[in-house]
Amino acid sequence: MSEMTLKDVSEAQKGFECKTIKIKDDSEPQKGFECKTIKIKEVSDLQEDFEPKIITILCNWCTYGAADLAGVSRFQYPPNIRVIRIPCSGRVSPKMILSALRNGADGVWISGCHPGDCHYLTGNFYARRKFILMKNFFEYQGVEQGRIHFSWISSAEGVKFAEVARDVVDSVAKLGPAKHFVRH
Amino acid sequence: MSNKNITGAVLVAGGGIAGIQAALDLADSGYYVYMVEKSPSIGGVMAQLDKTFPTNDCSMCIMSPKLVEVGRHVNIELVTLAEIEEVRGQEGDFEVHVRQKARYVDMTKCIACGACTEKCPKKIQDDYNAGLVKRKAIYVPYPQAVPLKYAIDAENCIMLSKGKCGICEKTCPAGAINYDDKDKNLTIRVGSIILAPGFTPYNPSGKAIYNYDNSKDVVTSIEFERYLSASGPNQGHILRPSDSAHPHKIAWLQCVGSRDINTCKNGYCSSVCCMYAIKQAIIAKEHDPLLECTIFYMDMRTHGKGFENCYNEAREKHGIRFIRCKIHSVFSQKGEPKGEVINYFDEETGKVITDLYDIIVLSVGMEISQNIRELAGKMGIDLTSGGFVKTSSFDPVAATRPGIYVCGAIQGPKDIPQSVVEAGGAAMGAGTALASMRNTLTRKSPVRDEINIKGDPPRVAVFVCYCGSNIAGVIDVEAVREYAATLPHVEYAATNMYSCSQDAQDGIARIVKEKGLNRMIVAACSPRTHEPLFQETLLSAGINKYLFEMVNIRNHGSWVHKDAPLKATEKAKDLVRMAVAKSVLLEPLEEADLNIDQNVVVIGGGISGMSAAKSLADQGYMVNIIEREAYLGGQAVNIHQTADGSMVQERLKNLAEQINSHENIALFTGAEIQDVEGFVGNFKTTINSSSSERTTIEHGVAIVATGASELKPAEYMHGRDRRIVTGMELDRMFINDDPLTASAGSAVFIQCVGSREPERPYCSRICCSHSIVSALHLKEKNPDMDIFILYRDIRTYGEKEFLYREAREKGIIFIRYSLAGKPEVLMEKEDMEHKGLEHDGLENEGLENEDIENEGLENEGGGKIKIKVFDHVLNMPVLIEADLLVLASAVIPYRDEKLARFFKVPINEDGFFVEAHVKLAPSDFATDGVFLCGLAHYPKPIDESIAQARAAASSALRLLSKKTIKTQGTVAEVNGIICSGCGVCVAVCPYNAPSLRVSGREAGKVNGGKAEINPVLCKGCGACVSSCRSGALKLKGFNEGQLLAMIESAMN
Repeated sequence: MSEMTLKDVSEAQKGFECKTIKIKDDSEPQKGFECKTIKIKEVSDLQEDFEPKIITILCNWCTYGAADLAGVSRFQYPPNIRVIRIPCSGRVSPKMILSALRNGADGVWISGCHPGDCHYLTGNFYARRKFILMKNFFEYQGVEQGRIHFSWISSAEGVKFAEVARDVVDSVAKLGPAKHFVRH
Repeated sequence: MSNKNITGAVLVAGGGIAGIQAALDLADSGYYVYMVEKSPSIGGVMAQLDKTFPTNDCSMCIMSPKLVEVGRHVNIELVTLAEIEEVRGQEGDFEVHVRQKARYVDMTKCIACGACTEKCPKKIQDDYNAGLVKRKAIYVPYPQAVPLKYAIDAENCIMLSKGKCGICEKTCPAGAINYDDKDKNLTIRVGSIILAPGFTPYNPSGKAIYNYDNSKDVVTSIEFERYLSASGPNQGHILRPSDSAHPHKIAWLQCVGSRDINTCKNGYCSSVCCMYAIKQAIIAKEHDPLLECTIFYMDMRTHGKGFENCYNEAREKHGIRFIRCKIHSVFSQKGEPKGEVINYFDEETGKVITDLYDIIVLSVGMEISQNIRELAGKMGIDLTSGGFVKTSSFDPVAATRPGIYVCGAIQGPKDIPQSVVEAGGAAMGAGTALASMRNTLTRKSPVRDEINIKGDPPRVAVFVCYCGSNIAGVIDVEAVREYAATLPHVEYAATNMYSCSQDAQDGIARIVKEKGLNRMIVAACSPRTHEPLFQETLLSAGINKYLFEMVNIRNHGSWVHKDAPLKATEKAKDLVRMAVAKSVLLEPLEEADLNIDQNVVVIGGGISGMSAAKSLADQGYMVNIIEREAYLGGQAVNIHQTADGSMVQERLKNLAEQINSHENIALFTGAEIQDVEGFVGNFKTTINSSSSERTTIEHGVAIVATGASELKPAEYMHGRDRRIVTGMELDRMFINDDPLTASAGSAVFIQCVGSREPERPYCSRICCSHSIVSALHLKEKNPDMDIFILYRDIRTYGEKEFLYREAREKGIIFIRYSLAGKPEVLMEKEDMEHKGLEHDGLENEGLENEDIENEGLENEGGGKIKIKVFDHVLNMPVLIEADLLVLASAVIPYRDEKLARFFKVPINEDGFFVEAHVKLAPSDFATDGVFLCGLAHYPKPIDESIAQARAAASSALRLLSKKTIKTQGTVAEVNGIICSGCGVCVAVCPYNAPSLRVSGREAGKVNGGKAEINPVLCKGCGACVSSCRSGALKLKGFNEGQLLAMIESAMN
């Protein structure tokens, strides 16, 4: 473990590349610092070298657009997600999540338009209904909370996309490699 | 004019963004287009830009697809290196004499390999990079150029000037070099002409005050734009030009060559410099957050959609300093530290401050070159005092010679969206006169035979894009290509510098054909922007366009994982593998034909709605206007005159009469939309109106022109005295010839009432100019009247600046206030009581003049209105007595959420409708078949509303004239053998695409039969597919097997 200054910490946080870091005890409290400390600590709990792979299914019109915008705006997030573009979050069936877990994905993240903003009017309402059922079902089956994520991000929310991507990777990384449903 | 004398072709002079848009609109509407461009390739100034404001979109990325579209359009003929010499004939039948310079390279033979450039020994200044780097005498202007064919610069070529060298001829593998090439004189017959030659940036050279000639560290904004660009001289790194040191402080000096009649003769405002300076400062700060950026300005003119927001963010979020001061001169520091010295006056302290900067950017304005002014003279069209082509408010894109139209900067300084709007307007104008000869000279695009690949084993091609350094700067592109080549079924893998460029497109098609490939993957940018382009390329190689997959390694890769190049490369490999796994399972898909109903609905009967309707009705389409009020005219019924002095009421009356008597227009007043069904080409809109309870109109396209209204302010005692009025209420007084408008001894205007405030942050664009127009009119009526205009920034953009100058010359006094120190209106109490609302005649337009007179007299003897404001020149508060107080009130949108829902179109946070693209599709919606114009889009004056109305009509015409369009291939399909006829799909679908069969073999005996999908109604969302409990439905292009293959292959 090496000691780092606040600036190093924020640098390290950018790419989530640094796994074991300790905050100097005497670092001066600053605006927004508290929340940073927590995040860094979480990262420091990770196993060395664990790079989760997360199957990410995005609707074409909103969240895929948000991911494009995050790119145009150069908002950085960790490179652990593997994006599959679909027309609408309503297209997602439970089989896809199951298949991801069976094939060894450490996490699944599905994101669509905000409820009410669906390009196809009502697709994400059906998605939302399915997601609640699926989440309950997988948790009942022993899949840890924090492995499967759902979110609603509009195509104008590039910042949010990068934030949620960070949170998703973070929470999956904390859990370590997936164990349930994995085909060996 | 008989049809015999009309030619169904149009000449567009200028291949910048305005010319491109006009050419595409016309070529898609049934007219043959000759695009005459002076340089060897099209693109204009936009191709030189790094980013575009206010969204900071990559300029080349959004423009490139349009360049390619022009390059491959069967009805656009590019005539490069050519200029108009003379125009003979008249509207409908012009004979244009064009001189085309020799290219010395045979365009049919050149393969754009670049071998010639590599070997050419002659180096000269590169104009594309603003002369900052060298290029060779044989060259293409920029890598994405269209047409991508080399040209020899004859003046600088050693062979052509001295007769010695000839290296390029020896090097060229295609034998394309022809030193004997001669200039040609062409005669082109067209029915209309559109001039879009663009502008020339002001050249500060020779003006000692800017120190531009002496110091390398004083650069123009165009030069700085090239420094910012990744394809520029420093690959996007900002360095101090004189010594390549890392700069710490950069200053932008506004109004260089604009609003200036001392050092130059450009009295007008160039409209775009404030915004591009903000954009450049933000981008520079993004390159280096510690950089200190300062913008020295006279008035910040951020009057466009999203501009004010960008300005606020620049100040508050990015920490850019804005200092109101016109800098007198710049000089180089003698001795250390090195830098450029500026003296400026600090308003807060009242002191003169001397400051040192590493780089000075001169925000240069726009000029129309002498050549073009002379050409205009030869063509017999009038110019304004600023040197731009003269047009009028009610015909904003028509030059004074019939049949000649203008768009872009030649009409007046303007930004890209406004140029695109005018391009649409000009295309509409140019086409209308030739409507009878539509489709007589155009060619149909060849029906391409698709190779039947059914049963063939998959042969996948993978192309990985460098995107200059956009991708290759982070991701190891060659490693991704090598990896792709090892994947099963991949028969060919290659890289491209810019996959979207014309040469790369041609190369891809050639390889797919030659190698007999039947699936294609491009790993580059986003499919949301570039999928159609690559699909078209694949189609040109004879392969069904649905056998294509795009992998996004830029927006989702290199751009977001800058600090993790190895992992980003791994991710790119995974994504390519997933795409290959899916592509192997792709099938060719068919597209159904969709008829476009030839009727039109225009929602809103204001100036915009009427102009749009008339444009389409004149081209022979049936137009239905739906107006909520009982009368036509919208806001214009209360407007007195425009900035160019056109009397609005007279013109409005004429226009309304034309609408009422037009055989192709049906008018529904007092009408409200009850319901809208359907989609592009087949809308069904149900309305109730004053004439009928319920009317259903079938139509193919809709134009939203619902307008906006003037804010009734709650401040400054509005509504408490009839002498306190809004800008539009003053216009009504002018129209009624209210005596107060002549008798008042003093008048005060307060600007930004309800605009640029925290709760309504946008600028209403029209109020500065309109207040000045009104103030000048008051002066005309009573030259002795004392007039004060209290403002925050005067935003008389373009040639409206001349009005501002005139106002000051006529003694109108301008006093600036800040948001923190807003003016106060004071009045004695007893006066307010007996001048209550009941006397406020302005609520009622029909008020008799007599009443006003009486009331005017009553008021004149009443209490005094006093306005207290802090004067920044005197540095103390002043009290002004006013007989007339005019509040330049904000333009507020209707925020019509019901209409937004009906047509599935978005509304922004200010309440205006959101166009498809802020720069390049300002009059279109993302929803097919629905278009936008006028105040519903953003506040704008009458001339701009009319231009946009015609642009919206022009976009609609592109669709209408096709008559049938292809629907998408990615639709749902039922497997009847598995379907149980449960009807869940029918319940789920919002478009009524699935139904249960009632006849045939699969019809139900008691309940419903098996399901079937109407492919025309299906939008391909897949909601029914994931809901089907039997697994009988599949979504073509996104079927279960394909998606699961991607998931499975993601892991190893």
